Amino acid sequence: MARTVVNMPAQAKRGEIIEIKTLAGHTMETGFRHSERGEAIPRDIITQFVCTYNGVEVFRAELSPAIAANPLITFTTVATESGTLEFKWLGDKGFTAAHSAKLNVV
Amino acid sequence: MTSRREFLVLACGALSGAAQAQLPPDIGAKRKAAAEEALRKITGGAPLRSGRVKLDIPPLIDNGNAVPLTVTVESPMTQAEHVRAIHVLTERNPQPNVVSAHLGPRAGRASITTRVRLADTQTVTAIAQLSDGSFWVDRVPVVVTLSACLEDGLI
Repeated sequence: MARTVVNMPAQAKRGEIIEIKTLAGHTMETGFRHSERGEAIPRDIITQFVCTYNGVEVFRAELSPAIAANPLITFTTVATESGTLEFKWLGDKGFTAAHSAKLNVV
Repeated sequence: MTSRREFLVLACGALSGAAQAQLPPDIGAKRKAAAEEALRKITGGAPLRSGRVKLDIPPLIDNGNAVPLTVTVESPMTQAEHVRAIHVLTERNPQPNVVSAHLGPRAGRASITTRVRLADTQTVTAIAQLSDGSFWVDRVPVVVTLSACLEDGLI
């Protein structure tokens, strides 16, 4: 399992817009590079990122080889109710990574 | 008889010719066509309007391997009027698509930040698809001194 980092507040007021910063450890090999022996290095990237808030999808992104290594994705969501935010990364060669964070809404 | 100097001049000419022959001569045109095709796929031929979208990217980039980029769209982000998707495209990367983000009224604010790779000095395009079906665009020219994906035969 790749290392993932999610930075977001643990507590928020109802209706407040919170910023979520996510990072996943991944080389994001483009598939356009060649090894020292001239062989093409196959593509190995994260292709999908999904964030669900209490089971409802609130953000989704499709990534490409043009995303830098260790993809950083920052986005926002409205704190509607206390619960869990689940983050999921899917990629080439069956790559998956997941992270979950609790949000307390007051 | 060929002098040493003449031989060197000829040899260098032949070598540089061979090196150039490895790169497709029309790679710039091909990538531009690919970028236009990607744009058509997103908009379906709908007109692009400028304004409302703001693409924040440094104009001069030392290292194209990790370029911070923020796209912000002016929108109330309500059920009736919100941003459905934000797309980022390039015209001279090996592939035009960079990122496609899908959001909705629950985002609260239409703003995404990521780090991208840029292969060359070029124009970066950000497109916002709104809930009413309109497309808004912002284009920013950037200068890249050290490019990403060097091996892929740059122009």
